[in-house]
Amino acid sequence: MSKYARFALALAVGAGLSLASTGPADAETPKRGGVLNFVVGSKIPSYDGHIEGTFGMIHPIRPFYSSLIRINPQNPQSSTDFHCDLCVGEVPKGEEGGTLFKFKIRDDVKFHDGTPLTAADIKATLDKIVFPPKGVPSARKAFFKAVESIEAPSPTDLVIKLKFATGSFIPALAMPFNFVYSKKDLDEHGYSWHRTNINGSGAFKFKEHVKGSHVSGVRYEDYHFKGQPYLDGFKAISAPKLAVRVQAIRGDRAAIEFRGFPPKQRDDLVKALGDDITVQESDWNCVLMATPNQERANFQDPRVRQALTLAIDRWGGSQHLSRIAIVKTVGGVVFPNHPLAATKAELVALNGYGTDLKASRAKAKELLAAAGKSGMEFEFNNRGVDQPYKVVGTWLIGQWRQVGLKVKQRVQPSPPFYATLRKKKDFDVSIDFNCQSIINPIADISKFLGSAGNNYGNYLDQELEDLYNTLLQTGDEKKQREIIRVFEKRALSDQAHAAITLWWYKINPHRSYVKGWKIAPSHYLNQHLDQVWIDK
Amino acid sequence: MVTPSEIQVEAEFEEVAAKKPWGQVCKDLMRKQPLGTFGLAIVLVMIVTAIFADYIAPHDPIQEDFSAMFAEPGHESYPLGTDEFGRDILSRLVHGSRTALMVGFICAIVGATLGMVIGVASAFFGGLFDLLLQRVLDVFMAFPLIILALAVVATLGPGIQNVMIAIIIPFVPQCARVVRSNALAIREIPYVDAARALGFSNSRIILRHMVPNVMAPYLIMLTTFLGQAILLEASLSFLGLGVQDPIPAWGLMLTNASEFFEGSPWLAIYPGVAISLSVFGFNLFGDAVRDTLDPKLRSR
Repeated sequence: MSKYARFALALAVGAGLSLASTGPADAETPKRGGVLNFVVGSKIPSYDGHIEGTFGMIHPIRPFYSSLIRINPQNPQSSTDFHCDLCVGEVPKGEEGGTLFKFKIRDDVKFHDGTPLTAADIKATLDKIVFPPKGVPSARKAFFKAVESIEAPSPTDLVIKLKFATGSFIPALAMPFNFVYSKKDLDEHGYSWHRTNINGSGAFKFKEHVKGSHVSGVRYEDYHFKGQPYLDGFKAISAPKLAVRVQAIRGDRAAIEFRGFPPKQRDDLVKALGDDITVQESDWNCVLMATPNQERANFQDPRVRQALTLAIDRWGGSQHLSRIAIVKTVGGVVFPNHPLAATKAELVALNGYGTDLKASRAKAKELLAAAGKSGMEFEFNNRGVDQPYKVVGTWLIGQWRQVGLKVKQRVQPSPPFYATLRKKKDFDVSIDFNCQSIINPIADISKFLGSAGNNYGNYLDQELEDLYNTLLQTGDEKKQREIIRVFEKRALSDQAHAAITLWWYKINPHRSYVKGWKIAPSHYLNQHLDQVWIDK
Repeated sequence: MVTPSEIQVEAEFEEVAAKKPWGQVCKDLMRKQPLGTFGLAIVLVMIVTAIFADYIAPHDPIQEDFSAMFAEPGHESYPLGTDEFGRDILSRLVHGSRTALMVGFICAIVGATLGMVIGVASAFFGGLFDLLLQRVLDVFMAFPLIILALAVVATLGPGIQNVMIAIIIPFVPQCARVVRSNALAIREIPYVDAARALGFSNSRIILRHMVPNVMAPYLIMLTTFLGQAILLEASLSFLGLGVQDPIPAWGLMLTNASEFFEGSPWLAIYPGVAISLSVFGFNLFGDAVRDTLDPKLRSR
């Protein structure tokens, strides 16, 4: 059994255990009707999945869209179980040594405006994601480096050719952000239109978005999976404060929050509601990091960046922060416990991961002194989301204070926070995150490439780029692991382009009448809601 | 239009100002206004606490102690307990008084002073200038205080400086309106005409001859604003738009407490009490100042 297979089995067993309480419900016949109210803790920067990377967008907007393929909704813990959404039959195996993928596209799908969906729409969508024209942002362009061409020879045929075979292609294609847009919309309105407009082919039709209040959708009667969705509609209620979201579920104003609650809030809900609450838990393919802006003079010196990571007590943080925040596991660039992830022995060899905290902080002070930056003052840009951003941000400031750094925090709501990272770039060090959907380490670590659309460090490290290109073309698992270790050491330790904090842990307490939704190792996955039903 | 009664009131102001030195006014305040004196005592305690916070606070208010997370009140090292990061609540309350007072005093003084100057100028110049200025002030006053402050912070972004701007802006028209009504009466008093006849500049007449005579309503507004500013700062911080962690601030302590209130109620109780007490103190003091300086109320 390969390491990947063992990993998949471990995830499946873990998921099985965590879902034990919901097991019998899965055997029940779904009931039709009802509106699912859920709470969302972040605002919507835009509706465009191709440029966004936040749950604030994916939770309320994903139900309006379809994708070419998706993770099996009944088995979302798997990193290899993909189903066709807009294609027919099974997800195709690669031909010609894994470099050619031929998809048969469904002919019964219509966009919500009545336009039939064809392979041309999917090609136009993928062209926007994979080969965006200059000036058009695409957050996940780097995931598709292997793609050579995308063709639609007929309305029901889509052919994707790769430059080289890679196991990361299909998982990248299944990412839930790859909303399929209408070619007509793209041609007529341009590539920015979908930031403020919605026309999908998902299970629900857009009804309204009252800014700061809610997004609502109603069942799309012509949805291509007949009989679905089960719900009449949904309402995604904006509730930035955790306390409000918890109380919303407690008071049954909302049935679920799809992102995750800290342990304390889970315990409070279970204590208060007993059997009316079901809890699903999972490891989480998401990590927060501190990213220095290398356009700023203070952070161009790697010694300063190394000092930032050396000051952080990750092992202690894992023990204490996990009590108050949705973070838990110490890890490197790869999802912990994955076969390609660093072991503890490998981690402690990196700057900032040592178990001798005093020595690490002494070294940090030495590096700062050598760089002439002792007692440096800077501003830490953070996102106005309680969990875990503000908690981790405050903790980080306390950690940096231990090595004499004087840090002020600037907290911004999601839209201006993203504007700071992407457009203004007016920050010293910012909270940053690598939250991915499907566990796909080779694609996921592209975040650390200066060329990646979702990298905000403002640097270009050619050595990292070369390592990544080598990794992409390496099929051997052992060799992949070796390359990733070198990549990790350079990105996190030698160059310290980012200081990873702790990987997240997902806890979803929800009203027991919510059925059909299964927790995934990502808060982005399984949010199309076509399988969810209410048992009231 | 200025009525004869307003002119009479102003004459009484003059009389008070001429006969009673400020020291005497303070003594009268203590004797006649026991509640006001109590309020003043609270304010003085706050001021002393804020000035000597470094000596009074038993711990560094930012220092985290993860071995003592959520320590309950009565803890050996942390008399009022600790928060979710193991930070000492008492020390954060003590240092939080600095934030509250700094915001309170700066906003109240700047807001009231700007308002006074605008109010007096509006009354002095009158005519179209007065008409237009008052309509602009009407626009600002049409918004509730917190809504206007929220709009300003939303535009400028969070942070203590922007919070102060957000609080000052709604204060200016409030003070300007009150001061203007007094200044209108003063404008009609002969010494202003005399100053004009002597060829004094407009700025000299406003600053030297009118402004000193509207000090009573100015001080009343100032003391009222102090409590309001503290409350507004706490409200904006509670909404995540004000002071940011790890700076100790009462409103911020409250908002952080909201996540853990059920299991650790002291996280919210102490900053809540601190906010209430300080606003209570400033309001009592402000009422007493108003009662003393306002001749209409004094004669009752």
